[in-house]
Amino acid sequence: MAALIDMKLVSKWYGDLHVLKECTASVTKGEVVVICGPSGSGKSTLIKCLNGLEQIQKGTIIVDGIDLGSPKTDLPALRSRIGMVFQHFELFPHLDVLANLTLAQTKVLRRAKAEAEERAMTLLKRVGLEAKARSYPAQLSGGQQQRVAIARALAMDPVAVLFDEPTSALDPEMISEVLDVMVALAREGTTMVAVTHEMGFARQVADRVIFMDGGEIVEDAPSGGFFEQPQSERARAFLSKILAHTAG
Amino acid sequence: MNYYWNWSIFFDPAPDGSATYLQMILAGAATTCIIAVFSAAIAIAVGVPMGIAARQSGMVGSAARAYVELFRNIPLLAQMFLWYFVLPELLPRDLQILVKQSPDGPLVLGTLSLGFYSAARICEQVRAALNAIRAGQWQAARALGLRPVQTYRYVLLPRAFRLLIPTMTSEFISIVKNSAVILTIGVMELTASARAMQEYSFQIFESFIAATLLYLMINFVIVAIMSAAEVLSGTEADRSATRTHRGGKHG
Amino acid sequence: MVDFDFGVIIRSAGYLFYEGMAFTLFLTFFAGTLGFALGILLAVLRSSSYRPVRWLAATYVNTIRSLPLVLVIFWFFFLVPFVTQWVVGSPRPVAVGAVWSALITFTLFEAAYFCEIIRSGINGIPRGQIEASSALGFRPVQRFLLIILPQAVRNMTPVILTQLIILFQDTSLVYVVSLTDFLGAAGKIGQRDGRLVEMYLFSAAVYFVICYAASILVRRLSERNTISLARVGS
Repeated sequence: MAALIDMKLVSKWYGDLHVLKECTASVTKGEVVVICGPSGSGKSTLIKCLNGLEQIQKGTIIVDGIDLGSPKTDLPALRSRIGMVFQHFELFPHLDVLANLTLAQTKVLRRAKAEAEERAMTLLKRVGLEAKARSYPAQLSGGQQQRVAIARALAMDPVAVLFDEPTSALDPEMISEVLDVMVALAREGTTMVAVTHEMGFARQVADRVIFMDGGEIVEDAPSGGFFEQPQSERARAFLSKILAHTAG
Repeated sequence: MNYYWNWSIFFDPAPDGSATYLQMILAGAATTCIIAVFSAAIAIAVGVPMGIAARQSGMVGSAARAYVELFRNIPLLAQMFLWYFVLPELLPRDLQILVKQSPDGPLVLGTLSLGFYSAARICEQVRAALNAIRAGQWQAARALGLRPVQTYRYVLLPRAFRLLIPTMTSEFISIVKNSAVILTIGVMELTASARAMQEYSFQIFESFIAATLLYLMINFVIVAIMSAAEVLSGTEADRSATRTHRGGKHG
Repeated sequence: MVDFDFGVIIRSAGYLFYEGMAFTLFLTFFAGTLGFALGILLAVLRSSSYRPVRWLAATYVNTIRSLPLVLVIFWFFFLVPFVTQWVVGSPRPVAVGAVWSALITFTLFEAAYFCEIIRSGINGIPRGQIEASSALGFRPVQRFLLIILPQAVRNMTPVILTQLIILFQDTSLVYVVSLTDFLGAAGKIGQRDGRLVEMYLFSAAVYFVICYAASILVRRLSERNTISLARVGS
């Protein structure tokens, strides 16, 4: 099957700092891929390259048949088909929950207001927050805000959803409500790329795990294999630290 | 202090042609309000786009930032003299005559001067407010497929304006205060009227107390209008949002 | 279009700088220093436990900050002779001279602004600092002078310096009481020689160069300040 997301030899620099080094990977439709690695390994930067929020200096990224690097590419149009969930939720605080879900539907997809609201309510129901449609983000807990943010991404009917550390800004007791929603999405066949340290989630639903360190993709393996027999010393060290932490 | 108080002076006829000193000083207050309203309109119309421009890289951004530095680092009085004494000399002959001979020339030039001066301050406030919005908001809007203009229109500017209401209140009060500088080019605004009343009537303190109270009243009206705007725009929800956000756990 | 003659600037440079700019700097320096000291005093009074004192100081500061500087200049220009008369017990209002009157005006005016700068500096100090200094046994006065004020001034240094740049520009308003500062000197020469365009352009350029250079220095300083404070914080 043709890859939905395909990147080849992607390199990126911040000034002299080489943050991504010839990264090559692909994601097919319906796949769930987890990207992990120590902090500063470039994983957040990599995922933000996939919808063009970060520019790359070398290599190619092709998403759903469209070359992100081509000057002819209409990036906003492409982004509207790729959902993204952020570490700090990034709901728009001046809009209520419903308006957060309908803004891009009406302004980008040009859906009618009624249609957008109906779609929004369906998704809010799905994340268990239909009662909060008229609340403002500030009135919600972190976990609730992140579930709204997931619904906002889904409202655009994306071909894939990118998650950038979706649980790392949450208090521990709120992590599972967000993970539950993500697991359900994965089981329904949503194409997902998630930067996360939640190894439980990775074991449960990920098809593949990409391990990054120092801006490089060190390992790219089926999730079972990655957890049972990591190939590199760096991945073993990372796993032992993070699993010890989780167990503790 | 042996000072002869005479509050009934306000009902005496004023030598400038007004029926009473009270009317003369109220006319001054009205002029101050007119100058302030038009200057504020210019300041917003020029300052807000400039505030957006000042965040861009390249020529547009440099030009906006240069504008701010130019207008901020020259005293308003010197700027007003440039508008009044220098600018007309650089105009085409017909326009020059019009500006110099029109009785409203000083009022118009002074208001333009104050407006473009205040625009530089508004520009800085708008830029600061936009910069105070976390970069993630821009990214989230872009990730949803909103174009740059839409991102400003629906996400950044509405948020910036709520953040800006308190600073705008003091900017508007500053415009009212700075409008007194226009008396130096011969406009009879509030301070000039009080000064003229003091010169004609010798009732120094009555004149200046009246002007002081009128300025306080104008400021009070500005504060009241802006508070109403704050309530109407639901700033409270937004502020508590910012607070929750900052208080949240950052990874 | 008129023909320009910028030679007038060179011919009048001595008067412009030795008379005009000297007075501008004199007023900026003394009103700045005295106003700063008075501003600290006002900040202390505004947090006094005596309600009438607090109220008086707050009313003074808020009123001054609501009024145009030009009006305040007129106010003091006429008020100072009466107050002096009352203080020295003279039978008539005492003429103190425009220079002294201007110095007093700018000092009192700036004090209100400095007061608020100092206060916001004080409010920015973490509560823990106050608790820690109390725990160490400092008395309130010591606590204020040794712990709170130095930190407030240090944190607000860029704002204080920016206020001085504003004061430097604002001194041009002595024009309204016919004192001759730098801008006034330029205007006088311009009137006398019919060269207002040249003189006003030149004086604006001089103000710009001085204020822009000063504001860059302040920005450098505040960046260094932030970095060193961040280091302490981490």
